[in-house]
Amino acid sequence: MSLKQKPDELFKTIDFKPPKKHWMDTTVDFEKRGSYNYAGSPDSVAYINQPNPRKWQPYEEDWKLPDNWQEIILEGLRERIKKFRSLQLFMDICVRCGACADKCHFFIGSGDPKNMPVLRAELLRSVYRKEFTKAGKLMGKMVGAQELTFDVLKQWFYYFYQCTQCRRCSVFCPYGIDTAEITFLARELMNLIGINIDWVMTPAANCHRTGNHLGIQPHGFVDSLEFARDDLEDITGIRVDLPINKKGAEILFITPSADYFGEPHYFTLLGYLALFHELQLDYTWSTYASEGGNFGSFVSHEVMKALNAKFYAEAKRLGVKWILGGECGHMWRVIHQYMNTLNGPPDFLEIPKSPITGTVFENAKSAKMVHISEFTADLIKHKKIKLDPSRNDHWHATFHDSCNPARGMGLLEEPRYIIKNVMNNFTEMPDSCIREQTFCCGSGAGLGTEENLEMRMRGGMPRGNAVKYVRDNNGVNILLCMCAIDKATLPGVVDYWSPGVEVGGVHEMVGNALIMTGEKERETDLRNQPLLKPDTLEKVQGNEGKEGK
Amino acid sequence: MGLLFSIIAIAVLIILAIAGAAIPGLHPVFTVALPYLAIAIFIVGVIVRVLKWAKSPVPFRITTTSGQEKSLPWIKQNKLDNPSSSLGVIGRMALEVLFFRSLFRNTKAELKEGTKIAYGETKWLWAFGLLFHWSFLIVFLRHFRFFADPIPFFVKYLETLDGFFQIGVPIVYLTGIGLLVALTYLFLRRIFDAKVKYISLASDYFPLLLLIAIATTGIIMRYYVKTDLVAIKQVAVGILSFHPITPAETISPWFYIHFFLVNVLLIYFPMSKLMHMGGVFLSPTRNLANNNRMAYHENPWINDENYFKLHRHTYEEYEDEFRVLMKGAGLPLEKEVVNQPAKDGTEKEDK
Ligand code: HEM
Ligand code: SF4
Ligand code: SF4
Repeated sequence: MSLKQKPDELFKTIDFKPPKKHWMDTTVDFEKRGSYNYAGSPDSVAYINQPNPRKWQPYEEDWKLPDNWQEIILEGLRERIKKFRSLQLFMDICVRCGACADKCHFFIGSGDPKNMPVLRAELLRSVYRKEFTKAGKLMGKMVGAQELTFDVLKQWFYYFYQCTQCRRCSVFCPYGIDTAEITFLARELMNLIGINIDWVMTPAANCHRTGNHLGIQPHGFVDSLEFARDDLEDITGIRVDLPINKKGAEILFITPSADYFGEPHYFTLLGYLALFHELQLDYTWSTYASEGGNFGSFVSHEVMKALNAKFYAEAKRLGVKWILGGECGHMWRVIHQYMNTLNGPPDFLEIPKSPITGTVFENAKSAKMVHISEFTADLIKHKKIKLDPSRNDHWHATFHDSCNPARGMGLLEEPRYIIKNVMNNFTEMPDSCIREQTFCCGSGAGLGTEENLEMRMRGGMPRGNAVKYVRDNNGVNILLCMCAIDKATLPGVVDYWSPGVEVGGVHEMVGNALIMTGEKERETDLRNQPLLKPDTLEKVQGNEGKEGK
Repeated sequence: MGLLFSIIAIAVLIILAIAGAAIPGLHPVFTVALPYLAIAIFIVGVIVRVLKWAKSPVPFRITTTSGQEKSLPWIKQNKLDNPSSSLGVIGRMALEVLFFRSLFRNTKAELKEGTKIAYGETKWLWAFGLLFHWSFLIVFLRHFRFFADPIPFFVKYLETLDGFFQIGVPIVYLTGIGLLVALTYLFLRRIFDAKVKYISLASDYFPLLLLIAIATTGIIMRYYVKTDLVAIKQVAVGILSFHPITPAETISPWFYIHFFLVNVLLIYFPMSKLMHMGGVFLSPTRNLANNNRMAYHENPWINDENYFKLHRHTYEEYEDEFRVLMKGAGLPLEKEVVNQPAKDGTEKEDK
């Protein structure tokens, strides 16, 4: 996949100066492809009982909406304002100070004023004002009120699916107005009349049926784990156990399904398998809950809840004590901020306790699910695993904080601690691009499709740029991250904006460095790339990436 | 458009006030009836608005975390930007309300040579925003010299501090000047910053202009035209003690403008974005502790079947569909495969 325009050509099209025309007078052009997603397939929409399943596409004239679609949306809005204080408040208190404006990666990469979080939100707010406030009813456009017309709906579709719900804007807003929350609810409203995208609806339907987004059936799941076991044996000489759907295990492990099919996710999976084996961990995989991620959270609270419910249900069925979760971004937003409320409290589970170190994870005492990086950092701190960081000496890493763990959780130090212990070369990107200010990959929240490629490259520009900075100045050659969507989409972003840098997972590096009892001498890393031998260990850093196209 | 409208609106309001000052028969309307109405609208309006917000529940704990969370004991938590306790939340909110913590982070994205992009620090909005709000607060408190008899103790302190540099006669109050300077900056920013101009509405220009007009007339009265302060105080104390009096003829028309616009501000406040004053305290991304996995957060409408229509696809349904395949893959089963392998989905038991 690649974009016709070269990076510098794309960059030149960006202009932060807004057009002359008032924003209520501009519209969207669906003729121009590359910056929106295609519509949800009727089969998927129907499978999860969502409204108005039909064949339609955004570029078509007729969206085949129900006759009373406005009424449905306004009724839905009324209901949600009563249900969500966030929505009610965010509709009322924005002062349009503009502090959020240039914080959004989509605005920075496109210059489209409606990608300023404040205007994205105004798209919904304007309708709210028209319908629910007196000033809006009386004074209309003057006070930013407009009617919900088909044209406005088109803009909703376009711009609310041009927000990756990354919450960067929310960090900077003096009132904490979270445009991600507004996007969340706007998508939910559109879904009431059957406006959604396939890259959300089909994975969600798959997950409902087979337990994972990719639609992998149980035997396929077993196959792919067995495949991974063989690969790991070739590399380490050790044949690991594969507990699947095992009743009575101590820990249920759940990770995004991309980990056992996608690349470079797969190398992280090898890392997990190696680590769990070395620890002799009493754990199990589940085919029924074989998805950590939750594409339901990209369309509605309803679908999010139904998909997420499998976690606790499966933990109960298998009789485990607690749940451990793999590397992922939005998965952790759902687990951390929603799961317990949606489907808990899971009183049948025990407070998570590491069987290796005895550490009790007090911070997860109610939700009973621990992040793998919390788990591993604790192992390293207690020196419970043997590591040889020099096995990662062919890498010089930087770390991409995924939006959700950063801004919906605050998981910042754990991965860094791990990285610094399993490898020798690590450089941070500039402060304005990491931790709570991290930039999105540009493809989250269901936007990671081919048809949306131009917008993804635009949205990925700030991240790509920061990577390029440490590539050029410090010789960074791998971008580590802890998110399945990142692993799927950052390679494209990096290839485009900062070629020569690879993308990998934190537990891939753990797997490389982990000295396993009885292992053979490692010739390669988990990617089957030869390791640097101590005698040939010369500085390779700085030579990478220079031969970009 | 919004700008022009706001200017006209302010002009009309000023003319109204001048007319009020010029026609003695109208004085009681402007200094008695209107203030009571305005104060009533302000109080009732603000309460109604806040209650309306408060009535919507907070179904999920969606804290925006801006620092390290509380996790392992040896990892240092950022207790203010990512609080996990009520004390931390109070600290975070105090920083937000008193010092505009989030706005302090502000950066400015700039496109550079090649495909570079830079994020410079920019503290202007923060600085002038803070200057405006603090000045406004202090000016407001200083006004208790006119509202209350005897003059409250804090007024003296504030006046001494505020006039610290002892410039001019009468002594120049820094906050008065600061207020006007900051408002001017905020207003010019709306006009000259293209992005901010693009998002600005009448409802953004109007309050700024209103406040500018109030501040300007106040400053004029203090430093340029003499007004009968004793008479003014009688009016104010009269209103607040519910013994309104007919104002003396010696009160300058400037006062009528100033006072009228303040009444407009009070009336406008509850229905406008100025309600951010109350809203900032209720914002769920800021006023909740990030203790999500530590403590259960209840959603009062979690059992709303109309909202959560889709139910979990159960393990039993799943196994029924895939039992044969699962057996083939050597996976444990809850129920054995019956002799005749069921076709996918056909022999499901109904629940
Ligand atoms: C708890 C009290 C308050 C807090 C924490 C607060 C906070 C803020 C913040 C952070 C901003 C954005 C930055 C800026 O433009 O300055 C703002 C804007 C504003 N505030 Fe407040 N505020 C409070 C009370 C008030 C009151 C009582 C008024 C007026 C009577 C007021 C009038 C304004 C105006 C007019 C703006 C918009 C400035 C512009 O248009 O650029 N605020 N406030
Ligand atoms: S930063 Fe907050 S208040 Fe300012 S424009 Fe953005 S959403 Fe509105
Ligand atoms: S949540 Fe992220 S993508 Fe959405 S408007 Fe805010 S900054 Fe942009």
